[in-house]
Amino acid sequence: MTLIRTKHNRRSFLKVSAAAGGGMVLGFNWLVSCKPAAENVVEVPKEWFNINAFVKIGDTGLVTIMSPNPEIGQNVKTAMPMVVAEELDVDWQNVVVEQAPLDTDLYTRQVAGGSQSIRRGWQGLRMAGATGRRMLLEAAAKQWQVPIEELTTDKGVIYHKSSGKSVNYGEIANSAAQIEVPENIELKDPKDFKIIGKPTKNVDGPKIIKGEPLFGLDIQREGMLISTIIHPPAFGMKIKSFDASEALKVNGVKDVFRVDTAPEEKEWSDINAFPELIAIVADNTWQAMKGKEAVKVEWETVTPGESSEDHENALEKAILSSADEPARKDGDPETAFKNAAKVIEKIYSAPFLPHNTMEPMNFFAHVTADKAELVGPIQTPESMRKSISSLLKMPLDKITVDMTRMGGGFGRRLYGNFGLEAAAISKKMNAPIKLVYSRADDMTQGTYRPAYKITYRAALDENNNLTAFHVRGAGIHGGPVFANRFPAGTVDNYLAENINVESNISTGAWRAPRSNFVAGAEQSFLDEVAEAAGKDPIEMRLALFERAIQNPIGDNNDYDPERYAGVLKLVKEKAGWGKEMPGVSRGVAAYYCHNSYVAQVIDVIEENGKPKIKKVWCAADCGIVINPEGAKNQIEGGIIDGIGHAMYSAVTFTDGKADQENFDRYRLIRLREAPMEIETFFVDNGIDPTGLGEPSLPPVMGALANALYKATSKRLYSQPFAQKDIVMG
Amino acid sequence: MASFTLKVNGKQHQVDVDPDTPILWVLRDNIGLVGTKYGCGIAQCGSCTVHLNGNAVRACVIPVSGVGDAEITTIEGLSPKAEHAVQQAWIEHDVSQCGYCQAGQMMSAAALLSQNPNPTDKDIDNAMNGNICRCGTYIRIKDAIKTAAKNLS
Repeated sequence: MTLIRTKHNRRSFLKVSAAAGGGMVLGFNWLVSCKPAAENVVEVPKEWFNINAFVKIGDTGLVTIMSPNPEIGQNVKTAMPMVVAEELDVDWQNVVVEQAPLDTDLYTRQVAGGSQSIRRGWQGLRMAGATGRRMLLEAAAKQWQVPIEELTTDKGVIYHKSSGKSVNYGEIANSAAQIEVPENIELKDPKDFKIIGKPTKNVDGPKIIKGEPLFGLDIQREGMLISTIIHPPAFGMKIKSFDASEALKVNGVKDVFRVDTAPEEKEWSDINAFPELIAIVADNTWQAMKGKEAVKVEWETVTPGESSEDHENALEKAILSSADEPARKDGDPETAFKNAAKVIEKIYSAPFLPHNTMEPMNFFAHVTADKAELVGPIQTPESMRKSISSLLKMPLDKITVDMTRMGGGFGRRLYGNFGLEAAAISKKMNAPIKLVYSRADDMTQGTYRPAYKITYRAALDENNNLTAFHVRGAGIHGGPVFANRFPAGTVDNYLAENINVESNISTGAWRAPRSNFVAGAEQSFLDEVAEAAGKDPIEMRLALFERAIQNPIGDNNDYDPERYAGVLKLVKEKAGWGKEMPGVSRGVAAYYCHNSYVAQVIDVIEENGKPKIKKVWCAADCGIVINPEGAKNQIEGGIIDGIGHAMYSAVTFTDGKADQENFDRYRLIRLREAPMEIETFFVDNGIDPTGLGEPSLPPVMGALANALYKATSKRLYSQPFAQKDIVMG
Repeated sequence: MASFTLKVNGKQHQVDVDPDTPILWVLRDNIGLVGTKYGCGIAQCGSCTVHLNGNAVRACVIPVSGVGDAEITTIEGLSPKAEHAVQQAWIEHDVSQCGYCQAGQMMSAAALLSQNPNPTDKDIDNAMNGNICRCGTYIRIKDAIKTAAKNLS
């Protein structure tokens, strides 16, 4: 048991706030109802009692737990409430989960990004549950006039063993709500966890299979109009003039106008190449889409349109130059390379990638003279609220941003330009509107994963020991290299450089930013180094980690070499690495990002003369696994997503215009191309949990390239692999 | 604008819409059945998959004027209480991540099983090739289809 002071985040645990008033239904009522689902075992309560901002208890013992963070498919809406329920000590079957409203005083970090929800939420969520349990216990102790130490709880019931008394949380919730918030609370010993660690199904699963309205695009309101937009067809362009006369003749089209959506004060999330747009507003979606087709626009070029060849040349030039300042330098790499017995040097590259969430960008806005209501899919609701305040010149407290379930995020919905657009359009129309992007709007809007090129050099001495390592990466925008990550710390002579290449294409975070490229490149390169050194690729890595454990170079290495080696050892054991398997070609990779460690082995077989991915073995160390079911699903998803993008996906440009606008020309992985099997193993170490939304994606690109090399004898340097080098079975 | 009578999930609906309106938008905007999703508008992603007389079709490219008296089934009408073997298998395998594409995936899977109760891996690959999931739930989708097939037999 851990004793902990509640001072941290204390406001979250003070009862009754504007956001969680007595008995009221929270959030937006078209989504939320406190009805228990069929699987709940107790009756619908008549009255709800607020214990704190996270917990409401009904008089029947049904418990509502607020999920604070945006849900983009990473399943925090299940995992975060599980942590609260664990410390509260209730029966998960009697828990109803609600999406919390945006209130960063109460819920602190309401962001879906960087795989941080679980890591940064862990302590606060435990405290929310434990505080509630303590208040319930104090209420019972007071009622029964017994010392609190004599009370125990199990599944939402308080017991007093010696008197044989018991009370359901629901029966005592009213009294508990009056109890002063305790100064100190006890947290459970992880060995006593009953909910954490138990495979638990997605809380929205039953609604998803019925097609219930959960997503931003599903919003329907009385009097709501639909808006589409036209953004410039190419980066570097803006609107010169437009003619809406034909569009206005389209049945249902209400208005067509130019709208500026740039806020005066920008948040970090206000990345947008096209702040000025043409909005088409109509009665329904199809009319708005038809209206859009009928608008004639004249564009003007502000900056020259770039083509993929320009990007390739600029990146090539960058990696042939050197950074003004190294990101990190240990020892004397120059001399080490000069004295090397063998030098291996390779270049890797990857294209721009749109996010392609299956739910295109959209947002609901209703802006009136004195307030603005926004509802929709957004990973950064607080940033959006601030930007909208600046755009509308309206005080923050007049603006609400409610979060819907999101049809994918992957980083795209960190950048809330669509919310600003919806607000500006609603204001102009003086009506509630839902902004809907077409797939082409979405795919050509920008905020892409940057395009990258990276060069690696390794020096080996005559005994095939790694004596120097040099990495120089360039990206549009921003170099991809993490200077203090592995292999930094394991090599005496080390040099890391990052070079930014400018462009008018807009880029942003995309699932596992930078790692989503650099891991694949680095892990492919190490495979080549191991081959050149005549070493087993796992043994070579383990020897490097051993060096970092025993005698690390430098004191700023941002990974734990024991945990890194741990996942490699686990995957080695589980996959039976090293034993000959006829017809199977194997590749391995390991990577650390977003505070979690992942290692993978991929088995490729031949089917009809073409390589096919038979199985991916995955070992992960994310500390305590809160929900093994959801955790495995995230690992599998990251693996399939990573394989898909490494194999098939790219957006290219001609004169600033994206050559791919929809899924006819842009390829995402499909079911037949997924691995036949994925098996995941978690390291059991009791360390505080970290996230899993991203960490399984980056290394799989390297494991894949290494397995395909074994299968085809071709090294893969340029993503997407399938377009140039490999045809899959 | 013209008036159409559509049979959706066993009920008649009269709608006044432009004849070229894809049934996706009639379902979503006019009838209020939003379980059928918009993903691409060109029949490439499968998010809008519904059944037309029992066959899986992409609702984003079928104009309302082309439906006639054919019966449309959406995810909301796949079974009265979400008890279709496919829906149950989707829960059992905890398939969904973001969940947005899953209605389309389930409609494709249900159409496959109604026509081919014991699909091979290849049959599943072919039937599901038109449905994209960016979250990467494909292995669970495949496993769920196999479970549903078993429970239907």
